[in-house]
Amino acid sequence: MSRIQSTFAQLKADNKAALIPFITAGDPDPQLTVAIMHGLAAAGADIIELGVPFSDPMADGPTIQRASERALKHGVGLRDVLTMVAEFRQTNTATPVVLMGYANPIECMGYRDFATAAAQAGVDGVLTVDIPPEESVAEIFSAAGVDTIFLLSPTTPDVRINLVASKASGFVYYVSLKGVTGSANLDLAEVASHIPVIRSRCGLPVGVGFGIRDAVTAAKIAQFADAVVIGSRIVEEIENSPRDSVVANLTQFVTEVRIAMNAVVR
Amino acid sequence: MRISEFPDAHGHFGQYGGIFVAETLIAALDELRQEYDVARKDPAFMSEFRHELKHYVGRPSPIYHAKRWSEHLGGAQIYLKREDLNHTGAHKINNTIGQALLARRMGKKRVIAETGAGQHGVASATVAARYGMECVVYMGADDVVRQSPNVYRMKLLGATVVPVSSGSKTLKDALNEAMRDWVTNVASTFYILGTAAGPHPYPMLVRDFQSVIGEECLTQMPEMLGRQPDAIIACVGGGSNAIGIFHPYLHEKNVRLIGVEAGGDGVSTGRHAAPLSAGTPGVLHGFRSYLMQDDNGQIAETHSVSAGLDYPGVGPEHAWLKDTGRAEYVAINDDEAMAAFHDLCRFEGIIPALESSHAIAHAVKIAPTMSKDQVLLVNLSGRGDKDINTVAKIAGITL
Repeated sequence: MSRIQSTFAQLKADNKAALIPFITAGDPDPQLTVAIMHGLAAAGADIIELGVPFSDPMADGPTIQRASERALKHGVGLRDVLTMVAEFRQTNTATPVVLMGYANPIECMGYRDFATAAAQAGVDGVLTVDIPPEESVAEIFSAAGVDTIFLLSPTTPDVRINLVASKASGFVYYVSLKGVTGSANLDLAEVASHIPVIRSRCGLPVGVGFGIRDAVTAAKIAQFADAVVIGSRIVEEIENSPRDSVVANLTQFVTEVRIAMNAVVR
Repeated sequence: MRISEFPDAHGHFGQYGGIFVAETLIAALDELRQEYDVARKDPAFMSEFRHELKHYVGRPSPIYHAKRWSEHLGGAQIYLKREDLNHTGAHKINNTIGQALLARRMGKKRVIAETGAGQHGVASATVAARYGMECVVYMGADDVVRQSPNVYRMKLLGATVVPVSSGSKTLKDALNEAMRDWVTNVASTFYILGTAAGPHPYPMLVRDFQSVIGEECLTQMPEMLGRQPDAIIACVGGGSNAIGIFHPYLHEKNVRLIGVEAGGDGVSTGRHAAPLSAGTPGVLHGFRSYLMQDDNGQIAETHSVSAGLDYPGVGPEHAWLKDTGRAEYVAINDDEAMAAFHDLCRFEGIIPALESSHAIAHAVKIAPTMSKDQVLLVNLSGRGDKDINTVAKIAGITL
């Protein structure tokens, strides 16, 4: 059983939804990333989504764009991100790590070389925003033991859910609103109505992300989703904290969300 | 499959092209592809498109024999396809009319566009005014400064121009921002993409709308000369004017097709915008093609005196034509393009766009090596009125 599978199996047994915070690797600087990852896990993160910095993050709003720019100022590339995951794995072998990013850094490294290196580093899944199932090489990743996570959106027609299902493993990620990361205006009832269909068609846990900014909203999503992904709000905390308080402030926020989510009756 | 029949159903030209976008945009691209499939076979749609090109744009654009300049160069005869004479001053309007008609067919009242030199922005603002649509144009903050006449032109036409200050503040960043707008407003908005790049079906439909350039040449050249030219030269940024004149000639095997990229300070300096000459394959802005990138797959910043060529990628069909050998690609440096700009002003009384000046500069290079009965057809893709501030600044003149 993969780390992602066993994590969701345990959560299901505990009747809880997974909390998945997103950070960009190398933000605010490469030396702090592994400490942040350990802090997130200690505060109750079930899976960590680690953003791979990219020069042209087309699907991201200003907050995550700035995080990418901060990391790129330190020259953080895909290989550095894998090194960070390997370092994290030296003391944490339980918390799954999913890389989230864009096609080109992986394309540049080569899909096979990347899959092997990612598996070796202890990466559990990869979500490439701009690689839909039609262009996916999920089979290369799964051969290396790495799950391919796909996005589904409110604009995804039902027939495409089957196509995604045929390629996806680990979990699927429902983008809860149209737009880039960090946007506002989340319609919870609308989101909730899509989840059962997706879950049954894909046979995988369904995470919900985009637009979740506080513990209250996270708890509401946890009522119907298998995982809650929080990105821009976490990245803002990193952006607004002095360097030596980043881990403490993140821990406080994630703990708050965890407590709210644990109180949910599912 | 014949070379002219590409892309395949998924938008691939060999290994290039494709659809590399976030899931949210897939449905919109599908809708566009389906609508275009119907429209291209609809005689009413095509006849309205041709009617607009004739009566609104002023097509067909003439071909002009630049005799005095050819004599000066002392070799091949140079003919210019006068896209600079189109309404709005460049080839860009051919495509924006086609896409605006599609937008209207699809019931979209709001159009967005990215622009580098401002030519596509002006062409988009123009058709939005013509068809009564709201228009938002994204433009790199640096380009807003160096192309200020076009910014004002867009505003006169009723468009909103949004300066983009992220990244390198040029065309690629404008494209990122336009994509972000589209992903947010996908239901109400039609994205008028300005070049033969982006996710499928854009490279195909932009090429099809721009192919009017090459189709006209196919009949005009024999009328003027009794035969087709020996070579066709066009500048390549994203590559829409080049693919528009190349595509109808793909089966004319005796006609060399030469694309000219922006060499900036020189390809060897690394400060350029010539991905076909010095880049490697990768994925950006929804498609796979040659890109300028570093060892980590980060997109490199580009450099060119010409805002319209200042782009790190290139349309996927050009990448494929390069690999198959049907077209050849070269680079022209800023100073060579500037010299050609002044040549055309002085010898022929034509002020060319800095983009087109790259194609002209390559003609300057090869015409003297050819015989006087050989013919070069250069796509003069736009006029240079928009560039006079840039040219004056380089000459140290304040206007």
